[in-house]
Amino acid sequence: MRHAHLASLSAEARAEMRRTERRFLASAAVRYAILIACGFAMIYPLLWLIGASFKTNHEIFTEIGFIPGSPTVEGYIEGWKTSTEYTFTRFFANTFMILIPKVIATAFSSVLVAYGFARFDFPGKRILFAILIGTLLLPNVVTRIPQYLLFRELGWLDSFLPLWVPQMFAVDAFFVFMLIQFLRGIPRDMEEAAMIDGCKPFQVLLYIVIPILKPAIISVCLFQFMWSMNDFLGPLIYISSVAKYPVALALKMSISVTESFEWNRILSMTVLALVPSLVVFFLAQKYFIEGIATTGLKG
Amino acid sequence: MLGVTLRKVSKVYANGFKAVHEIDLDVEDGEFMVLIGPSGCAKSTTLRMVAGLESITSGEVRIGGRIVNNLPPYERGIAMVFQNYALYPHMKVHRNLSFGLRLKRQPEPVVRDAVSEVAGILEIEELLERLPKQLSGGQAQRVAVGRALIKKPQVFLFDEPLSNLDAKLRASMRVRIIELHRRLKADGLNATVIYVTHDQTEAMTMGDRICVLREGRVMQVDTPDRLYDLPANAFVAGFLGSPEMNLRSARLIGHDGRPALRVGGFTIALPDDKARALASRPEGDVTLGLRPPFIDLARPDDAGAVVEGNIKFVEFMGHEVFIYFDLDGQEYAAVTRMEHRSLLKSLKIGQRARFRFDMERAHVFDPVTEKNLTLV
Repeated sequence: MRHAHLASLSAEARAEMRRTERRFLASAAVRYAILIACGFAMIYPLLWLIGASFKTNHEIFTEIGFIPGSPTVEGYIEGWKTSTEYTFTRFFANTFMILIPKVIATAFSSVLVAYGFARFDFPGKRILFAILIGTLLLPNVVTRIPQYLLFRELGWLDSFLPLWVPQMFAVDAFFVFMLIQFLRGIPRDMEEAAMIDGCKPFQVLLYIVIPILKPAIISVCLFQFMWSMNDFLGPLIYISSVAKYPVALALKMSISVTESFEWNRILSMTVLALVPSLVVFFLAQKYFIEGIATTGLKG
Repeated sequence: MLGVTLRKVSKVYANGFKAVHEIDLDVEDGEFMVLIGPSGCAKSTTLRMVAGLESITSGEVRIGGRIVNNLPPYERGIAMVFQNYALYPHMKVHRNLSFGLRLKRQPEPVVRDAVSEVAGILEIEELLERLPKQLSGGQAQRVAVGRALIKKPQVFLFDEPLSNLDAKLRASMRVRIIELHRRLKADGLNATVIYVTHDQTEAMTMGDRICVLREGRVMQVDTPDRLYDLPANAFVAGFLGSPEMNLRSARLIGHDGRPALRVGGFTIALPDDKARALASRPEGDVTLGLRPPFIDLARPDDAGAVVEGNIKFVEFMGHEVFIYFDLDGQEYAAVTRMEHRSLLKSLKIGQRARFRFDMERAHVFDPVTEKNLTLV
């Protein structure tokens, strides 16, 4: 079709078109070369990590390339066993024990609070919202000590409660803020139509708001999942017995306990620690992008 | 009695802005009432107060004789169609339609029958398995009407339902809604309708009666023809009717012992009834209201209410011609039929021409209160 079209053009026009095409190709080649180089530089440490986890300890510090000379899974096998009485099975289980309730609590409480702020008028709303946003700016560190003292008085130290319970009260202002912004972009008509159809406010939330918010809620869960997976300080402060350690602490432990570090074991476990976040991200990617990209839902 | 009654209904927003000023309105059982006004006239706010989506600051709203001020929307026996359809985006069309019934825990066969009945009436059977985002504007609007219809409400509320549609669809949906209203009436379901629009064609063609609002106040409530012929004030006169009524300042004077108008240096006599209505008014400024179709090119033998003006602009519309002319610094519009073709040919911009005012159809308004002084 295009060539037939070309044939009908004058020689001059055809030459001009070819020139344009060549120029376009050349600029595309340069653009992609730069992008690929930058991308490679950024992903290199990760590739090195994965490569090194299959190397022997000796090779890790003698070879610069990331492809192992004599690949071995010894690091994974030995690393999984750890030098303690527990294996990484336990630590992964602990991580999910912390993480799953935390994610559910966050989603539940953030949606409730965001719905309240976005859709209802109540006395003191402005001040409460200002405080909420204020906590967003507050450095985490300043609340660590009072929080620690509080949980100590409650007798919750060395349990998962200090990691779970705060999430039930929408402490992550960022998530609340994100959901409020999303809700503000959604016309209220659908909720009003639902009210006329016979919904009480809680039913409106359940049948209309939550389904519409789904992409945003999935984004919230995803963020919370990844952040909690990588959270080191929280468990470090509140959990003292090794039996309750999550992966993040266990990795640190394998560095400090072993006298001569078995780097390939540590690196192998680090790779495994990355896997859940990656898997969840790729599974939820469709919704995640929708959650960020959806602005209007008209029609 | 399933009409809607508003008594001294007001709305004051939290910031102190008074949007609705003591509105009184009676919508009779089975009546199609149109609320119309320019944007910001609080027509939607008024509708939303009837629906229960907006709180009522003072006054009372009754639906079928029952005061509903503090009832939640779903206890008011109403259904509403929104401007942007407001379909639930995550539910298929049949779920959208049946959502209200399912909330009331109606048995499944009842729900299914109701859905297929409504889908039949609105010709949306083939859309039932689609999601709202797979519908065109006209289809979505039909589903939205269906969602209202399925509840068999006492009162239908429409909030500018056609303004998102293109002109052609709007015209066909207009007919469809009117037919639906008639059909419900014929079936013994006296559906009361309150329909908000800013489109005067919709108002004139659809309404049994029209309520014209301006800045939260009722200007006039009447049938379309009476609003057109007998506007209570200059606002209604200017707002309804296309092309727009000429509303120009004039002077009321005494002439031969009876009131007459002085317009751009010409003295125009008033017909008897209008003269009588103005008899007690002292001389002074008034507003003359005359619709363009009642101003025509004067024939050579015409006498009486004839003025002479400079032609500023001529628009050929096919079956009629709009002529804009200047009369002592004020622009008037006239509409003339194409039968005057020979006369029209001679018209040139800037040229002087004689125009005849049909004073039987003229109105005289108070320039301050805008009240129609010639209504008897």
